[in-house]
Amino acid sequence: MSLHDGGERTLTFAGAIQEAMAQEMERDPTVFVLGQGVDDPIGFYGTTLGLAERFGSDRCFDTPLSEDAVTGMAIGAALAGLRPINTHQRMDFLLLCMNQLVNIAAKSCYMFAGAMPVPLVVRGVVGRSWGQGPQHSQAFHSYFMHVPGIKVFAPSLPYDAKGCMVAAIRDNNPVLIMEHRMLFNVQGPVPEHLYETPFGQARVLRSGDDITLVAIGHMVMEASRAARQLAEEVGIAAEVIDPVSLAPLDMATICRSVQKTGRLLVVDNSWTNCGATAEIVAQVSEQWQGSRPVQVKRLGFAPTPCPTTRPLEVDFYPHAASISKAAFGMVRGDGQEWNPERVSAKEVEAFKGPF
Amino acid sequence: MEQTTDSALCERLYRSLYRIRRVEEEVARLYPTDKIKSPVHLSIGQEAPSVAVCDLLEPEDVVFGTYRGHALYLAKGGDLPAMVAELYGKVDGCARGKGGSMHLIDMQVHMMGTTAIVATHIPHAVGYAWALQRQGKPQRVICFLGDGSTEEGVFSESLNFAALKRVPILFVCENNGYAIHSHISARSAQSDIVQRISGYGIPSARVEDGDIFRMREAARTALAAVRDPQGGPYFLEILTCRLKEHVGPKDDWHMGYRSRADIQALLANDPVDQLAARLQPESRQQIETAVEQEIERAFQYAEESPFPEQEELFQDVFA
Ligand SMILES: Cc1ncc(C[n+]2csc(CCOP(=O)(O)OP(=O)(O)O)c2C)c(N)n1
Ligand SMILES: [Mg+2]
Repeated sequence: MSLHDGGERTLTFAGAIQEAMAQEMERDPTVFVLGQGVDDPIGFYGTTLGLAERFGSDRCFDTPLSEDAVTGMAIGAALAGLRPINTHQRMDFLLLCMNQLVNIAAKSCYMFAGAMPVPLVVRGVVGRSWGQGPQHSQAFHSYFMHVPGIKVFAPSLPYDAKGCMVAAIRDNNPVLIMEHRMLFNVQGPVPEHLYETPFGQARVLRSGDDITLVAIGHMVMEASRAARQLAEEVGIAAEVIDPVSLAPLDMATICRSVQKTGRLLVVDNSWTNCGATAEIVAQVSEQWQGSRPVQVKRLGFAPTPCPTTRPLEVDFYPHAASISKAAFGMVRGDGQEWNPERVSAKEVEAFKGPF
Repeated sequence: MEQTTDSALCERLYRSLYRIRRVEEEVARLYPTDKIKSPVHLSIGQEAPSVAVCDLLEPEDVVFGTYRGHALYLAKGGDLPAMVAELYGKVDGCARGKGGSMHLIDMQVHMMGTTAIVATHIPHAVGYAWALQRQGKPQRVICFLGDGSTEEGVFSESLNFAALKRVPILFVCENNGYAIHSHISARSAQSDIVQRISGYGIPSARVEDGDIFRMREAARTALAAVRDPQGGPYFLEILTCRLKEHVGPKDDWHMGYRSRADIQALLANDPVDQLAARLQPESRQQIETAVEQEIERAFQYAEESPFPEQEELFQDVFA
């Protein structure tokens, strides 16, 4: 999976998703997109722009505000041989679809001994900033990781935004793609041709010997900033891993890194309790049969709902400096403290409302 | 409009409408300063349903509304400085800044906290009304909802329960024809919502012309039915129009998903202007001056209020 196998061409994260869907719709007439606002002038953050015009209103269409039933109908259409992509402006609204996704989509293949697979793609956007508040900021990837029968992607690079979408569309199972709003305008190399990001294969974004930073979704950007800060300011070499695929999870890559560093810091864009960070740490302790003890730590949302007001919201999220600080404490140990300066996160600071 | 409408009523309605309109115009004017770091779903253009219905309510009556809640909050008598401070994310806000514009609340006037997940509040209102009835309490529950929310399963499920148990509740559907950028005709084969729900066994009425007095009369009939000890639920659909973008302070006619012509009839009936024209110039002047002063004080209050302290992040997770 070389990021540069397409030469120098770059796209935004949103543009990469749009291109993946358009190319797959071109290739496979059974692929269609349904969801609130997918054919409106905004085009679902730009990711569905032009699809209705190009492929017609029966392949890219708006739906009533009926998430539960729309999910069920997408499942029905999938059973009938089509490949639906169902969008949700916020992952928070996915809670209305849980029965269909968990009780049906995730079980159908198994329950009917392979006779009723559900090739369904569900896209859930995670909001942040500008007062998204408690009900427009939640990331529920761990809810789905918990359930056998659903695959979960959380790309952080535009390259994988495209690759995950293509792989998800082609897969014969329900696949949830978690897309963080702060990533949509991020630019990166994206090959024009079609390619798949494999399930269950993590990406090592930076190598280092002192500590392993595993970060999820938007936190990959913050962890990468932290790794730079650690290297430049205190000479700590952090290895940064983006799991990309959360279910299945590539524990081999993570364990290999931990074998080398002996320290694991997992950072999530969600709560830590019973979450993806808990799962990764637990699997490391189960699987890692190394020669020395491993130090582990997790960072995530504060254990509260997300507050709306900016000064509290700032403290709610992990960020580069809080990651650096935690990593420093683990590597230098002995109660040594370092309070690194806050690193600017352009994609967060530049984001303005109204929504 | 009837000629007989008395001037005290006109003044009262005008004061409430003008106040909401001006508060939101101030929000829109200030928005580019980034002092309000919160999504705002403005009610500009659709203040009348809240004003008409709330004019008839007893202080003890309970209202449930949506994230587009500024008009309802103010019409029900919610505290203005606390609302503005909430939009600013300040500690003197009605939810100490933790909620923002989408989560207004004022329990003093029985304005329940609003949520941002469409239609979610509808069963809460039904359950609340059912519980009040069971406890023999006289106050009534009014549940405001948007046209989009009628497409959610929980809407049908709640109506069915309300009809079954004869729950005394007034549903007020503010049908502005849009859910974000989607016209109701793109979301339902039947745009007349009263038609759509006619089979539930819930009496209903529809006000189509944007006339605030007709809204009020329809609400009076509806409330009488809901207050009747032998009564039950009632569904009132009011056609109205949002003039601003779905969320935010701007106009969005240029986007092309709707045109002014589509809502010409409703626009021609903007009750703020209509009522203004019916008032004596002096009383109009008096109302407007008082409202302007009140608004200035409210924004000043919000400006001066501090942000919550860091430890507030961890407060109120549990009761
Ligand atoms: C369950 C759910 N689905 C989708 C959304 C996104 N959303 C927010 S407002 C809105 C439109 C709702 O329209 P309507 O009920 O007519 O209310 P209006 O905004 O017109 O007042 C949508 C789709 C949401 N908040 N909750
Ligand atoms: Mg509407």
